[in-house]
Amino acid sequence: MKAAGLLIVILTGGLLIYATADFPPWAYPQSPASTHVSPRYIEKSIEETAVPNVVTAVLADYRGYDTMFETTVIFAAGVACFLLLRIRVEEGPEEQLFRHSLTGMTIRIKDGRKAPSDLEEFERIDAHWVPQDLIIKTVCRILIPFIQLFALYVIAFGHHSPGGGFQGGVILGASVIVLAMSHDLRSSLQRMGEKVNALLCAAGVLIYAGTGALCLAMGENFLDYGILAPLFRCDPVMARSNGIFMVEIGVGIAVMATMIRIYNNVSSAGRYDEGL
Amino acid sequence: MTQLLSEILTKYNYWIYITLMMIGLYAMIAKNNLVKKIVGMNIFQTAIILFYVSIGSKKGGTIPIIKHDHGAASHVVHAAEYINPLPHVLMLTAIVVSVATLGVALALAIKIYHRYQSLEEDEILAQIREK
Amino acid sequence: MSQHYPVLLVTVPLLSAFLISISGWLNKRLCFPIAVAALASASFFSAGLLSKVIHKNVVLYRLGGWAPPWGIAYRVDYLNGLVLVVVSLVALINLISTYRSVEREFSEKLGAFYTLYVLFVTGLLGITVTGDAFNLYVLLEIASLTGYGLIAMGEEDRAPLASLNYVYMGTIGACFYLLGIGYLYIVTGSLNMADISAILPSLYQSRAVLSAFIICMVGVWLKMAFFPLHAWLPNAYTFAPSAASSLIAPLMTKVMVYVMLRLMLTVFTPDFVFSAIDINRSIVWLAVIAISMGAILALTARNLKKMLTYIIVAEVGYMVGGAWLGNRAGMTGAILHLVNDALMTLCVFLVVGNIVYRMKGHSFEDLRGLFRKMPFTMGAFAIGALSIIGVPPTCGFFSKWYLLWGGIQAGHYAFVAALLFSSLVNVVLFFRIFEIGYYESPTEAHGGGHSQGSIEEAPLSMLVPLYLVAVGLVVVGLYTGAIVNNVIRLAVPPGIV
Repeated sequence: MKAAGLLIVILTGGLLIYATADFPPWAYPQSPASTHVSPRYIEKSIEETAVPNVVTAVLADYRGYDTMFETTVIFAAGVACFLLLRIRVEEGPEEQLFRHSLTGMTIRIKDGRKAPSDLEEFERIDAHWVPQDLIIKTVCRILIPFIQLFALYVIAFGHHSPGGGFQGGVILGASVIVLAMSHDLRSSLQRMGEKVNALLCAAGVLIYAGTGALCLAMGENFLDYGILAPLFRCDPVMARSNGIFMVEIGVGIAVMATMIRIYNNVSSAGRYDEGL
Repeated sequence: MTQLLSEILTKYNYWIYITLMMIGLYAMIAKNNLVKKIVGMNIFQTAIILFYVSIGSKKGGTIPIIKHDHGAASHVVHAAEYINPLPHVLMLTAIVVSVATLGVALALAIKIYHRYQSLEEDEILAQIREK
Repeated sequence: MSQHYPVLLVTVPLLSAFLISISGWLNKRLCFPIAVAALASASFFSAGLLSKVIHKNVVLYRLGGWAPPWGIAYRVDYLNGLVLVVVSLVALINLISTYRSVEREFSEKLGAFYTLYVLFVTGLLGITVTGDAFNLYVLLEIASLTGYGLIAMGEEDRAPLASLNYVYMGTIGACFYLLGIGYLYIVTGSLNMADISAILPSLYQSRAVLSAFIICMVGVWLKMAFFPLHAWLPNAYTFAPSAASSLIAPLMTKVMVYVMLRLMLTVFTPDFVFSAIDINRSIVWLAVIAISMGAILALTARNLKKMLTYIIVAEVGYMVGGAWLGNRAGMTGAILHLVNDALMTLCVFLVVGNIVYRMKGHSFEDLRGLFRKMPFTMGAFAIGALSIIGVPPTCGFFSKWYLLWGGIQAGHYAFVAALLFSSLVNVVLFFRIFEIGYYESPTEAHGGGHSQGSIEEAPLSMLVPLYLVAVGLVVVGLYTGAIVNNVIRLAVPPGIV
């Protein structure tokens, strides 16, 4: 296998290097890639979409259809992880462990007797010894609101600076994943349950595709935001900018929810217990 | 010789991406461990992202966020001043795809590990053959 | 309304997939009806598109209202109009037919299963309808990711590993395609297929274009399991759940063959593929090897489903070989075979689905005495088998005829011999199945408490769609002339004689 691998690698590498002879040098301003299609995006994006960040304009408007499917790819990955891994764990008659958070004492409840779910000081754990990191937990608790605020900024300010739905969505998802890692999966599931999360995944992409369908319903081509002008009470160019913002929100929600969903399923192997 | 050297130097971005990509490809073909293969797959995909992003760069260009004043939409923009935004957009898609593939591949690896208690391909195949 | 058909075709299933996912959490019983409605409307739109193409001409659609090289455009012509109809119909029939077995295998995760199912079909339809090279990649990844998920839900022991191998190979394939598109982008600066092919002629001597072509081809071959790159296919399809394998097996490889044809005919144009570079005879030789090896490997299989997967490998060889012969008959044969093979594969995999539903297995031992137990299912199997062998008046005969004729015209007798050899092997393979099914009596272990000879036929909801396909095989065969004259003749560019 090693020899075969080496042979394939050398052949492929050779072919790829052979091709570079006809490529323009690196960062050559007159190369076809920089002169054929792309100049229009740079020169017209403010005029046509009122978005100074050209990457956002191309991402969500000129090639917005690609981006819709890109969001669908991530959604599909979330559904696939769920389908592959999620298993229903029998809450069996075996023992359950609870830890008293003030004293650190662990109590064991056997044979399906009633758990002290009404007591706030007890947290459910899975192993006899689970580390308790006060510093990490506290730091994360303090950090998470700021992370989320920053994420919202990244989503909202994608028109004017690097950012947008994907980046902001990932940061937003990371804030919940940080919670799951510093505490445990159960405490993050209390904040965002499995069902809510799954519905958010679909809702996010639905906002994107729904915006496109709205344009269609109002009589223009799919994702032609210009037609939405009467809804936003502005001119068609500004409507494009607003349409881009709408789909970015959808992307943000979908990406956040899917990141959390993939993490939940992969980290707990689909059992949704304590997690890592 | 100098010609070859200048050829390499003006196009070093391609050489770097090809090297990285071949490392990834080799790992995917030759490694025995399933997770190492997944790592190789990720290197492979990242190399392509690097390649595309390097197409986008332009000498003398800055990031493609147009400098503008409020209300001055008529301001003329020169394409040569900004780098090419299209490869960046395309690579956002490719990054998302590689994250999605990674998620699914890891989910599969977990499922396999739970069934065979191993991630070494030859051990798993041996277990399958025994049955 | 009808000017929006190209986008509705893709977005209606897409939106439905999200609705299915939501209703999976709220009310599971809604999942199946929504899926059926989505694919039925997709079939309606694709049929509408094909008739529009036949009566008027090429249908264009600008997404977001942007003109093509800057925005993404959909372009429906004779070639993809035909493939769209096949994809949506096959997916719809399979969806209805496998309702029972999905209910049984995925009772808890119906929502997730149908979401992935419909997304997979969305991906394939999007690949087929698009006129943008990069958009094709994104949809290819949707179809692949959902495919990995669906396949891995099969037999607990083997399916995840088979699926993971598919992930590796599939990712390499898709990345190669992406890389090829990147090479084209460097030299042309465009991503739109029509635009690229307008710029390319002045660059035909460029090494970059040649490498782009080779890389794209290798990527697509990986995805369609062209022999030596087929290693992922047999296990992935064998161990997949039956509802998924009868969806993926007929469609994935065929759509990738379509992508190859699209690259050859539209992006790179026949001038480049058959004249500027001189590799078509050697590719046909590769196809000869693929066909022979597929046939030989099928002989070694001791399991019905695995045998059929190797037949798919051989059939992919037919289509690649036919397309690369470089003449009109070969190309016509390849396109016609794409349609026919989707239907034939659907037919035999639905039969396997029915057998698994009743017998819980698909090895040769499970087939003993099956003609008495499941006479109707095996009747449909016989029609499918005859079509794969290539017996008139089933459709398999006609496409094989065109392929043979193309081989003779091109003077490529090895290809002709390989076709005949593989047909002969198919005869052996299927008559062996008939023999087991007809003459051998079921062993006690499998017969269980049932008396011999009692009929345990699959439920009607599985049989009716199966017979629809089986009759379809004959009907398509009888109407071959109409299909070729009205659609395929015009799908082959005039440059190919």
